[in-house]
Amino acid sequence: MAEVTFTLNGEEVTVDKPLNMRFLDVLRTTLDLTGAKEGCGEGECGACAVLLDGRIVDTCILPLASVAGRDIVTIEGYRTTERFQVLQNAFVKEGAVQCGICIPGMIIAAESLLSENPDPSDDAIRTALSGNLCRCTGYNMIIAAIRRAAKEGEGLW
Amino acid sequence: MKNISKSIDKVDAHEKIAGETAYISDIKREDMVYAMTLRSPVASGTIRNITLPTLPEGYAAVGPEDIPGRNLVTMIYEDWPVFPEKRVNYIGEPLMLLLGPDKERLASLLDAVEVDIEEDTPVLDYSHSGVHLHYEKGDSDKAFADADRIIEETYTTGYQEQAYIEPQGFVGYIEDETYTVIGSIQCPYYVHEAVKVTLDETDENVRVLQAPVGGAFGGKEEFPSVMATQLAVALKKIKRPIKMIYEREEDMVSTTKRHPSKTTIRAAVKDGRITGMTSHIGIDGGAYIGLSEVVLSRGMLAATNAYTIEHLDVDGDVYLTNTVPNGAFRGFGAPQMIYAIEMFMHHAAKELGEDPFSFRKAHMVKQGDWTSTGGKFRDPILLDEMIEKAADISDYHKKRKAYEDENVYKGIGMSWFFHGCGFTGSGEQHIIKSRVEVEKDAQDTVYIHVAAVDMGQGPKTTLRKIVADVLDLPIERVIFDYPDTHRVPDSGPTVASRTAMIVGGLLARAAKTLKETWREGEAQKVEKRYQQPDYVEWDGECMKGDAYPAYSWGVNVVEVEVDKHTYEIDVKDVYSVYDLGKAIDERIVLGQADGGQAQGVAYGYLEVMSRENGRLKQTNMTDYIIPTAMDMPKTDNHLIDNPYPYGPYGAKGGGELTLVGGAPAVAQAIEQAVGRRVRDIPATPEYLMELIHNG
Repeated sequence: MAEVTFTLNGEEVTVDKPLNMRFLDVLRTTLDLTGAKEGCGEGECGACAVLLDGRIVDTCILPLASVAGRDIVTIEGYRTTERFQVLQNAFVKEGAVQCGICIPGMIIAAESLLSENPDPSDDAIRTALSGNLCRCTGYNMIIAAIRRAAKEGEGLW
Repeated sequence: MKNISKSIDKVDAHEKIAGETAYISDIKREDMVYAMTLRSPVASGTIRNITLPTLPEGYAAVGPEDIPGRNLVTMIYEDWPVFPEKRVNYIGEPLMLLLGPDKERLASLLDAVEVDIEEDTPVLDYSHSGVHLHYEKGDSDKAFADADRIIEETYTTGYQEQAYIEPQGFVGYIEDETYTVIGSIQCPYYVHEAVKVTLDETDENVRVLQAPVGGAFGGKEEFPSVMATQLAVALKKIKRPIKMIYEREEDMVSTTKRHPSKTTIRAAVKDGRITGMTSHIGIDGGAYIGLSEVVLSRGMLAATNAYTIEHLDVDGDVYLTNTVPNGAFRGFGAPQMIYAIEMFMHHAAKELGEDPFSFRKAHMVKQGDWTSTGGKFRDPILLDEMIEKAADISDYHKKRKAYEDENVYKGIGMSWFFHGCGFTGSGEQHIIKSRVEVEKDAQDTVYIHVAAVDMGQGPKTTLRKIVADVLDLPIERVIFDYPDTHRVPDSGPTVASRTAMIVGGLLARAAKTLKETWREGEAQKVEKRYQQPDYVEWDGECMKGDAYPAYSWGVNVVEVEVDKHTYEIDVKDVYSVYDLGKAIDERIVLGQADGGQAQGVAYGYLEVMSRENGRLKQTNMTDYIIPTAMDMPKTDNHLIDNPYPYGPYGAKGGGELTLVGGAPAVAQAIEQAVGRRVRDIPATPEYLMELIHNG
């Protein structure tokens, strides 16, 4: 056990847990934040993604030790932002959501992309989503949603 | 009337996007313990002894001796035990559960169990038939006797894993002496029946609730009954809330998949036309039959796909092997058969020196033709128009010609196909007996009571849309909660592309009655039961007559480029045209199209699952490859209205239709690109290398 301090959704948090504990379990079990989902447990599917210093990371392969002093934003924090509102609306309007289990991770991937490249090409969107698996949609409606969000949220990113 | 197909916002999308929806793994209960499963390490053997470590306080083991009722997972065929008592039949077969409050401790206790099994030789080939089915039409012997040419080909297909992103899971507890299970499931009443039989309890003492489902595709049709019965036995023994969530690898090793298959087709040809055909389809059922007989039957019923063959003889077998049982997966036997027959028609044309497109069109089914089982295609068939449209938007004919150049490693393929809507034959009438209720309270708020599950395909939106439209109410005034067997009647399982057509149709009728009898400010309830259209005549024993009340139709065009050196396949474009009667919500249906095609096309070239000595070689998302956003191309999908008189607003089935044509279209495209006949899928670069090197 060790105390680890990090910023979570804008607030400083300290947890006292084993340093090698999966950060996904810290979120879901210790902190009761269940927006990040476990899909594969080995960093393939992206359902557990959060933002670490603004970049997407899979928490199922992220040990607690790695977040010490870092800035973490989960879907629970991100959903309070204006950028999220734009993305949410775009996902709804484009029909990008089917079962929905991958979608919080897709939103995180979209934020990670748009914050770096506010006007991405379709290829750039496909590349940015390639670490997030979706079995329902075939991705095209998710890609259209991100394209729409980039347009409608111009100036936000 | 406004156009029902006009899309609205999906009612559950906002909360899913925000991460607020509580899926099964997000649900907790006070004083909850976890369940982990002890599994067979061998493919075939006899249990001599299982020795448990000393279990600490608060920990328990549950096995076959704890089952109060029948040691059977109730599904269509009765051969699947909750826990085997002596014989183990596949690697990963559940032997017992360990339960306790701490997952890590449970895992180490599980490691400490000693399993002593006398191993024997597993059956791993297609030698032990567990089910044989047969049907015929006309006189195929005579057709072959009169033939001037006979063509025979054999096709194989591999496993396909549903790969829903949310693994299987349940939470169970006892409340008011009722055994209650919440799960990620497609069929609340299948689970209800299975738990009831295993616990030997009454209907009222078992309650099943659906949690939001994170993808299913058939994988959560019958398999959840396996987990739920085990969990229920444990509940009865330890009387504490239990959570049982599979990890990915456990899920992939131990849950049902699409059956690998081998199909041989022989055609009698006379004057350049196929006059008769014999087919044999063999599917690998795994260790227990479960649903496999029904999967086989749907496959066999697609034996001639969208072609009319006058004389026909079709056989099929479910082969039992010492491997994980296979089961439902979107398409349900049809993808294997439609792949085989589409490739066969293409290859037969080549054998005869004819243009495959024209040859296939010359055999195409028309309204009024007899089906493979001697039923009738009663409703208009718009395939001609659909094929023309698909050829037009894809520039098919021009590309097909251009890609014939053997220095060009590009190809384009086209499949056309049907999907029979709803249960086979009289299944809806005699087996499912679907019931729905529409209720309104004194405030005139309307409630839909059905057991239909939204697993992403959208009935939470579409069923509300139907009822709201019939009643001319805003959709907010129509409520549809997640099914709970204590509150909703059995409207049947969420399978077989039946929800919009059958359940939606009953709801439309119920809503109409409610509208006609509407009394403002009074509570009212209307129930409707399924009644088969009068024209359906089906003899299940002989497989004769109308196998389905209606058919949906589709055309897929797939374009690929194959790397000349590595044989890597790049799917460039997918085009499609579908007739599913009438879309209840166009965007939802187009979402089904995109997703179904992704699975269908990937089935043809990308998704590899294989086994060695009964052990699966791909057991996680790292080595079982499903398409990423970079693999899937853009798509151009179109819907064509062809309203079906018995469907709500004319709707037929759509979910499975979008998958079944993907594999033959991509395989034909690959075949053109490499200039070699593709017979086996997935057509991987390794397979193409063998084809090319072996000439």
